[in-house]
Amino acid sequence: MASRPRTLYEKIWDAHVVERRDANDSRGTCLIYIDRHLVHEVTSPQAFEALRAAGRTVRRPDLTLAVPDHNLPTTARRDSAGARIPIADPESAQQLAALERNAPEFGIRYIGDADAQQGIVHVVGPEQGFSLPGATIVCGDSHTACHGGLGALAFGIGTSEVEHVLATQTLLLAPAKTMEVRVEGSLGPGVTAKDLVLHICGVLRASGGTGYVIEYTGSAIRDLSVEGRLTVSNMAIEHGARAGLIAPDDTTFAYVKGRPYAPRGADWDAAITWWRSLTTDPGARYDKVVTIDAADIVPSVTWGTSPEDVVPITGTVPAPENFADPSKQDAARKSLEYMGLVPGEPMTGIAIQNVFIGSCTNSRIEDLRAAAAVLNGRRKSANVKWAIVVPGSGLVKAQAEAEGLDRVFIDAGFEWREPGCSACLGMNPDKVPPGERCASTSNRNFVGRQGPGSRTHLVSPATAAASAVAGRLADVRELDRQ
Amino acid sequence: MEPLREVSGRAIPFGRKNIDTDVIIPAKWLKTITRDGLGRGAFETLREDPGNLFDSPEFAGSPILIAGDNFGCGSSREHAAWALLDLGVRAVIAPSFSDIFSGNAFKNGIVTVVLPQTAIDRLMEVAQTDPVSIDLESQTVTTPFQDRFTFEIDPFRKHCLLEGLDEVGLTLARGDAIARYENDAKAALPWLAKGVEHA
Ligand code: SF4
Repeated sequence: MASRPRTLYEKIWDAHVVERRDANDSRGTCLIYIDRHLVHEVTSPQAFEALRAAGRTVRRPDLTLAVPDHNLPTTARRDSAGARIPIADPESAQQLAALERNAPEFGIRYIGDADAQQGIVHVVGPEQGFSLPGATIVCGDSHTACHGGLGALAFGIGTSEVEHVLATQTLLLAPAKTMEVRVEGSLGPGVTAKDLVLHICGVLRASGGTGYVIEYTGSAIRDLSVEGRLTVSNMAIEHGARAGLIAPDDTTFAYVKGRPYAPRGADWDAAITWWRSLTTDPGARYDKVVTIDAADIVPSVTWGTSPEDVVPITGTVPAPENFADPSKQDAARKSLEYMGLVPGEPMTGIAIQNVFIGSCTNSRIEDLRAAAAVLNGRRKSANVKWAIVVPGSGLVKAQAEAEGLDRVFIDAGFEWREPGCSACLGMNPDKVPPGERCASTSNRNFVGRQGPGSRTHLVSPATAAASAVAGRLADVRELDRQ
Repeated sequence: MEPLREVSGRAIPFGRKNIDTDVIIPAKWLKTITRDGLGRGAFETLREDPGNLFDSPEFAGSPILIAGDNFGCGSSREHAAWALLDLGVRAVIAPSFSDIFSGNAFKNGIVTVVLPQTAIDRLMEVAQTDPVSIDLESQTVTTPFQDRFTFEIDPFRKHCLLEGLDEVGLTLARGDAIARYENDAKAALPWLAKGVEHA
């Protein structure tokens, strides 16, 4: 019997329904099984505490992986004798210590601060083959959407849900609406996955995806590497979407194969068979469809304090009165005041003092290669006071060093750091000083995100590198021509 | 969790759109390992303004917050809900909420009430001088001036809030169904059931 055509989202959802809360309500809340749970130090202490207080255990410690990332300093963590260098901030130290204690107590595999595999959870999960196509993946962190780049249903959860998953390996969820964002055509030279998703942020605005799971489709998406797909899906949450999804294909399978926790042997063959079925059926209906022409996308940059505040690098700072929505006019005025920008200013005229290459959006090897390709043989401008590269994981760092990328960065005047979240949100000492600007490859330009008073311009790694050289926001395509 | 049937009192006429979780509770407050005391960090940057609503004698400690579209967007930090709770807020009324925030709020016994902008505008006006009342059982928001707005809420969430039920406890009671699923999945997708055992 031919079954009803289904979207990719519906297929993954259907495969994970433990039970419907109301058996007669096919659109109602379900108890959904969770295949993979990533845990970091910021959103887990209260969950473990609650388990302890109630005398509860972790149902499936084998489906859980704990990695510290947010608070870790990106400077050396061990001295030459191998002893831990104490963390200056007592609160950061306390959170890290809590995870280091909780993981073994509850039987959870823990990748520690000095392990070669340590890194940002969203970089470590795919890299270790822990995150897999078709899996349901959660983490107490909104950028869990990232793993959707592998074709996994991945989303951020709060601490009470972290506790719920630890105790039951399930979540109570209502099905989301589905949206297709179709990007057809090819990206031009100098235009990357980050520019693509920033462009989408501008089209969908900050809340255009609320209530939806977005499936990114079209030739421009299929042409992306897995790294690029992770970058795109990572920012699904910046349009308010519950999750992002990209159908797994041969590119995905080649990426997953051979990773430490990936299936092997007969398991691998069985996995591939199922993964190949994970595409949206012809005739399946999305609740909403948005189409974008890849030819319209150029290197993109933000001017304001929401990821939706995107303009082409060739553009200018917008005038608030040109927004149709009066409340957006008001928000734009506030943003411009905070950002210290004047309408009409060309984006490429904006001087920057800091450059941050890192975060779960753009800290994988391909990102570092793209930045290094621009920096090779060049130096950062004298007015860029602070430029750092923070690899997404210890393995990315080692790979980059094997390729000599660290030398390119150091010769260009960048600092080469240990893996972690770093200046993406400044929970560790890496912060952008008040009033200063940063060309940043991270995902959020919120007020104070990179430190109190910091001014963030979201860009791709290539644009960040070009901007470091120019000392102002720069069009990487111009630099290529020099 | 304490049962919640009704939230009545002064409502903070805040009204701003796209309030993200960094505004509700800045990142530096995320370093705590407990749930308590976060009210001090709630809306910290806005409260640097001496005339802010949250510290005004009239609105400090109000159980209801009225906000604009897309309240609680941004990160998944449950600290946002804990911070509101610590301020004394038990209900937020807005035209829309981020999915994660409303889930977090619910799990901490805060009800998120979605009303159209016209209703919000009216409530913002009333809240300047008079109390607002939310009745969960009848799903209505009322004012002393005969205003009456009804809202939708997921029946399960409503039930849990009314009874003060602990979701983890409820799901643990479904342990048999979960075990049955695990058995089936082990047969159908054996590799997926292996997790860190693959290495
Ligand atoms: S890198 Fe930034 S966005 Fe990613 S998990 Fe860390 S803090 Fe969150």
